[in-house]
Amino acid sequence: MTTSIAPAESTDSPYALSHLDALESESVHIFREVAGEFERPVLLFSGGKDSIVMLHLALKAFAPAPVPFTLLHVDTGHNFPEVLDFRDRTVAEHSLRLHVAKVQDYIDDGRLRERPDGTRNPLQTLPLTDAIRELRFDAVFGGGRRDEEKARAKERVFSLRDEFSQWDPRRQRPELWQLYNGRHAPGEHVRVFPLSNWTELDVWQYIAREGIALPEIYFAHEREVFRRGGMWLTAGEWGGPKADEPVETRTVRYRTVGDMSCTGAVDSDATTLDAVITEIAASRLTERGATRADDKLSEAAMEDRKREGYF
Amino acid sequence: MTSTTDPLTPEHLSATTLLRFATAGSVDDGKSTLVGRLLHDSKSVLADQLEAVERASQVRGHSAPDLALLTDGLRAEREQGITIDVAYRYFATARRRFILADTPGHVQYTRNMVTGASTAELAVVLVDARNGVVEQTRRHAAVAALLRVPHVVLAVNKMDLVDYAEPVFAAIAREFIAYAASLGVPEVTAIPISALAGDNVVEPSAHMDWYGGPTVLEHLETVPVSHDLTDCPARFPVQYVIRPQSAEHPDYRGYAGRIASGMLRVGEQVTVLPSGATTTIAGLDALGRSVDTAWAPQSVTVLLADDIDVSRGDLIAPVATAPEVTQDIRATVCHLHERPLKVGERVLLKHGTRTVKAIVKALPYRIDLSHSLAHDNEPAQLDVNDIGAVVLRTAEPLPVDAYAESRLTGSFLLIDPADGTTLTAGMAGEPFAAQPAADEAADEGWDF
Repeated sequence: MTTSIAPAESTDSPYALSHLDALESESVHIFREVAGEFERPVLLFSGGKDSIVMLHLALKAFAPAPVPFTLLHVDTGHNFPEVLDFRDRTVAEHSLRLHVAKVQDYIDDGRLRERPDGTRNPLQTLPLTDAIRELRFDAVFGGGRRDEEKARAKERVFSLRDEFSQWDPRRQRPELWQLYNGRHAPGEHVRVFPLSNWTELDVWQYIAREGIALPEIYFAHEREVFRRGGMWLTAGEWGGPKADEPVETRTVRYRTVGDMSCTGAVDSDATTLDAVITEIAASRLTERGATRADDKLSEAAMEDRKREGYF
Repeated sequence: MTSTTDPLTPEHLSATTLLRFATAGSVDDGKSTLVGRLLHDSKSVLADQLEAVERASQVRGHSAPDLALLTDGLRAEREQGITIDVAYRYFATARRRFILADTPGHVQYTRNMVTGASTAELAVVLVDARNGVVEQTRRHAAVAALLRVPHVVLAVNKMDLVDYAEPVFAAIAREFIAYAASLGVPEVTAIPISALAGDNVVEPSAHMDWYGGPTVLEHLETVPVSHDLTDCPARFPVQYVIRPQSAEHPDYRGYAGRIASGMLRVGEQVTVLPSGATTTIAGLDALGRSVDTAWAPQSVTVLLADDIDVSRGDLIAPVATAPEVTQDIRATVCHLHERPLKVGERVLLKHGTRTVKAIVKALPYRIDLSHSLAHDNEPAQLDVNDIGAVVLRTAEPLPVDAYAESRLTGSFLLIDPADGTTLTAGMAGEPFAAQPAADEAADEGWDF
């Protein structure tokens, strides 16, 4: 019985790109679209792996010219010192310009109040949106990926934000073919996600293929940690551990790098990129599920934070 | 052939290709269950996601995990129990990485199907084996045909509810394939499945010995993702001019872009449109590697032999196969916004990397996708989710290809100049391909 008009062939043509080449090409296209259409783009750069990959793609997109925009980091005051060092070395190496907005400044002058749980990730939103407004950025590159979380699965590559940085799912524009519509009113801006279609594994494979340097905390190392909310948190000045939370030394690594107060380490012996990739391919927990307390607050946690102007 | 759901290793993962595909089906066709099963059985669903689904299923009183819950995203949708937008899903096997545009099949969401299909190389259309080809099915086939999705899969679902009966499947497949062929769809693969029971989704069914074809996943893993590009006319929309003006590169002037179609070759004579100036490709920089040829969809930087005026918005194409430039465009459109489109309206038209002013000169007809593709001539306006023909006049000449020839240089958006809203998606030319002649039917799909 015939069920096909024509049978599919099972071989790829020699012109089929590898998945990493296809993703790289798409991301470079996004960077160039923004550079071509916006006045003042900025790239959110924390020294975390997704922002490092973004910067690497931006450097390739405009070479041999320099990247035609600046970088912005929202420092929670609880960032890992190794990551801040890495951030500053990277900025110096490529002669980039970095703006830093500090949550600590907001706490010191009373514009923000410390949360009872000591978590500062939700406090980033105000310094971020203030920096965007004061420095008049009209496009903000973020490292968000659609595979990270259900609320992000429907995020656009160009995500329109109103003058309060708020995200309204009903106002988002359909994105067809490769046509990104970045038009916005004065005071509004567009969050742009060049890694939208990458998965955690793609990011790691690309890091390996391109030989991209990362902060050492992404690889297995010995660290003093304690258990809270099912995660290993770093003992430190930020507020942990409490009296009933014993500290122990374990061999761990980080899968994501955020605020120390809510970013958990995972037990790991992976000291090399290949070992990390093997571990991720075999992993039974998502990146955010394993290591981010801020996303566990509620099933709709990310959706709520996005609406308020978080990444 | 067996499916490849063994644990992934770095060696496996290094040389895989990427397939973008879209699913379309009505709320009750079991589309979410199919997608959930693809994610679950290909082991792309991770433990914390599955636990969340199990918890939510228990709360709702289901005895088994409801795989459909894996794919609904926003709280607004969960509360209403519907899917309101395109959601993108990611999964991988040892053979391929997949990006799935999961689109709701509800009648008022044609725009979402159009959006998902615009980037898809393959579309899965679901039907319920008990209902056969219904109005929605015809609509989904028509959208896949309109958007020139190269490969179409008909998944006849709920075969368990028709006793896995071959004649039921055969009749539905025959009817659908005949309809798709009448729309010019060059290839349909029909697969009998039960998403709920798992038959022929990832694992071959134990209940349908009469079916000898691939499972859904096997087909997704093996369908070609690229064609022989050497015969397609090359198209290169210029995105950005790279001019370092540094001590190291005082005279470097490169034109950055993503090849939209075909192949560029060093030494080839090219023309820059709309100006019409001609020169030769002096070099191709593929993100740090100097190459002699580059092809779609690579992002590259083109170096030209002569110092001519080229800027963002221009299109570089070989002299021999350059497109015509025109200010008069006749196109098939899908209207995307609640604000209707009317004759006389002034809009912005975004084509490739160029945005120009345009005016809607005429609305020749609207197509009813669900019935006989009947034309409603000269409608007063196009409303959201309407498909119809539009005649536009642009303020500047544009090098527009027929969409049937080139998806990326034959497509455009209409934008509201007042607030930037994306109003309409356009495809230059007539809506459906002619029915393929018998000898062309063996071709593997449209060339892009």
